[in-house]
Amino acid sequence: MTEEIIIAGFGGQGVLSMGKILAYSGIMQDQEVSWMPSYGPEMRGGTANVTVIVSDERISSPILRAYDTAIILNQQSMDKFEPEVKPGGTLLYDPNGISRHPSRKDINIFKVEGAKKAAEMGNTKIFNMIVLGAYLKIKPIVKLENVVKGLKKSLPERHHKLIPLNEDAILLGMKNVEVVQEV
Amino acid sequence: MSNIAIKDIIKPENLVYQKTKLMTDKPLSYCPGCGHGTTHRLIMEVIEELGKEHESIGVAPVGCSVLAYEFMNVDMQEAAHGRAPALATAIKRLWPDHLVFTYQGDGDLAAIGTAETIHACNRGEKIVIIFINNGIYGMTGGQMAPTTLPGMKTSTSPYGRDVELMGHPLKITELVAQLPGTYYVTRQAVHTPSAVRKAKRAIKKAFQNQLDNAPGLSFVEVVSNCNSGWKMNPVDSNIWMEENMFPFYPLGDIKLEGRLVK
Amino acid sequence: MGELKLMKGNEALAEAIIRAGTDGYFGYPITPQSEVLEYLMASKPWETTGMVVLQAESEVASINMLYGGGGTGKKVVTSSSSPGISLMQEGLSYIAGAEIPILIVNVVRGGPGLGDIQPAQSDYFQSTKGGGHGDYRLIVLAPSSVQEMADFVPVAYDLAFKYRNPAMILSDGAIGQMMEKVEFFEPVPRLKDEEVKARYPWATNGKPVNGERRILTSLDLDPQKLEDHNHHIQEKYRKIEENEVRYEALQCDDADYILVAYGTSARVSLKSVKLLREKGIKVGLLRPITLWPFCTKKIRELVGQGVKGFLSVEMSAGQMVEDVRLAVNGKVKVEHFGRLGGMIHSPEEVVEALEQKIIGG
Ligand SMILES: Cc1ncc(C[n+]2csc(CCOP(=O)(O)OP(=O)(O)O)c2C)c(N)n1
Ligand code: SF4
Repeated sequence: MTEEIIIAGFGGQGVLSMGKILAYSGIMQDQEVSWMPSYGPEMRGGTANVTVIVSDERISSPILRAYDTAIILNQQSMDKFEPEVKPGGTLLYDPNGISRHPSRKDINIFKVEGAKKAAEMGNTKIFNMIVLGAYLKIKPIVKLENVVKGLKKSLPERHHKLIPLNEDAILLGMKNVEVVQEV
Repeated sequence: MSNIAIKDIIKPENLVYQKTKLMTDKPLSYCPGCGHGTTHRLIMEVIEELGKEHESIGVAPVGCSVLAYEFMNVDMQEAAHGRAPALATAIKRLWPDHLVFTYQGDGDLAAIGTAETIHACNRGEKIVIIFINNGIYGMTGGQMAPTTLPGMKTSTSPYGRDVELMGHPLKITELVAQLPGTYYVTRQAVHTPSAVRKAKRAIKKAFQNQLDNAPGLSFVEVVSNCNSGWKMNPVDSNIWMEENMFPFYPLGDIKLEGRLVK
Repeated sequence: MGELKLMKGNEALAEAIIRAGTDGYFGYPITPQSEVLEYLMASKPWETTGMVVLQAESEVASINMLYGGGGTGKKVVTSSSSPGISLMQEGLSYIAGAEIPILIVNVVRGGPGLGDIQPAQSDYFQSTKGGGHGDYRLIVLAPSSVQEMADFVPVAYDLAFKYRNPAMILSDGAIGQMMEKVEFFEPVPRLKDEEVKARYPWATNGKPVNGERRILTSLDLDPQKLEDHNHHIQEKYRKIEENEVRYEALQCDDADYILVAYGTSARVSLKSVKLLREKGIKVGLLRPITLWPFCTKKIRELVGQGVKGFLSVEMSAGQMVEDVRLAVNGKVKVEHFGRLGGMIHSPEEVVEALEQKIIGG
């Protein structure tokens, strides 16, 4: 199994940390992982993205131009990464702030109202965990228990009390993912 | 409200503010609330008011303002990190009738470029140096600068600047004021309308000195905020600046017409 | 070995620097490697191992701090990225001339000039052919994973001290910024002052009670003596070329064609090998680990074994390809493929390049 993912949105949406948690979860189940962010002033006020690869084999290129899955959280990223999903691959997006919805016919498309649900729960910080939950519902590449272990690893000790909240958010995301198109 | 059309509003008599002519149309790349943009504008207004659009040459640094040449609509060169005063020295000596200025951050001017700064000042190069002191390395993501205050947290002083280990903040402006080659040395800010007006007068004086062939270099420090690097919103960063930066870096003239004030 | 950690290449490097028993780190912030100094400052190793960490006022200062510290026999290191490394070249030349063991890390970004902050491999010439003035070489190690960012630190120190020569870890922005899992070697304690004195009699750390004073210099105004000194360092370089070549050869045994690539390009090329083999084309990957000394002999062996062509894949306009050509010496086809200015080739682009430039061409 090799899953090549791009997660893209605005800086501040928790894109990088979502990728990090996914990568940690992979390590918890003895897989190879890589996490390659966009970096530098190109991120200032603008977009942030990260390529995450989880695999059973030694990972070759950490930099890709074709993805199994694209998780898209703003319009710029939609414009940039929709064309880079492999045919038959998966696109998951949050429609909040999206004016041009995905239009490809050869990929699976799902959406999740992450921003809306996070606002309803009164905590915008868990937005990325809701989206992660939606993704794991579509592609259960890592087990929830390993995500929790991964969270423990990536969060500083003083934030461990927040883990149950994050778990709830993941479950909420799993429940709220909607199919737009399946091929 | 509904029956007033836009064209009724856009009339010369209603004009309260307009874009500085010598700023390009390129959107500024600075974080919202940052003092760099305001300072750029003041320099360009001054050059415009002096009628020297075509006889000015600027040198941009390495730092957040590395792209100053994208915004300032005069001839510009982009220097290596810290070397702007060296470029400006040669430009001025080869084009003595032109207005030559550098625009530099604290890392650029007071760390890697300290030698160039001091020697250009000491030689009395007839240039203007505009020095943005925000106490941090903005561009590279908030590392400690030579001007970082004692105890101030940055990404390379994560427990606060410990002066025993990391040295003291450098008051480079007071230092260059001691050199015989500086003619006008002042410290300003651009965080309030009145500060902006004062800063503009200071920048104008600096360029006027150069036009008048005054014997020496004019050095204008602008104490500024880096809301991103300080991890604050713009308003809080300005309050923090007043409460912490100004007591250490007091505003006002330090040297006038070649003589230390007081 | 210890537990697995998920870390950026730059952070793994910093942690390895502490664990390798380093005495001093001196550096100046620059993207894409500022995490090294940030990690060290947050870790406060001066409270644990006694290691010194200092943010210098420039790279000119950093490299000269290394001259001073390394000259006393202590383990010293700096890290930077391309423009900063250019500033260090004068100091490096002096260090090579005075034969001071130091470690320097370049997390390369796109150039020339200020360039950009994206990963590149365009500093190959600068690193492997000297870089500053005079006849000298750096020992250059090229990691291609976060694990190797950590593992190569003690290796590079060992080589530097063994040969009294500056060593370099030549990485790039992708490996510096990327996170992968890493398992650290057990910490090596810093040498005590007496141990340093006993091990490195050349070091200038206080004239021995019963001995001669030591001098570290790169100056000799008598040209005959300077020629002798140069012959001495050249002999040392021949020994390094004889003994210290490191590389990894993957699927090369039955290969008709070889991709030669290091660092990030090697990672990309490994995927290209897979794609090409799926198409039935027998391709191998030769990954130089030491860029100087270069794996010339291995390349000659591969030519002897019947390889029909080599493609040097680099994020540059074609630098390492010159060393591949020298090794192949005209016997079979050698071409270069690469993206420039901070762009990274995709595995598919490499496949296409091999097909067009080597197989079809
Ligand atoms: C030789 C060299 N070293 C390091 C850098 C990286 N660098 C770019 S900007 C900068 C610091 C800028 O800080 P400052 O001058 O205070 O300006 P600010 O960004 O805060 O406006 C550094 C260290 C570089 N470009 N060149
Ligand atoms: S990082 Fe700081 S100095 Fe740079 S543009 Fe933002 S606020 Fe201004």
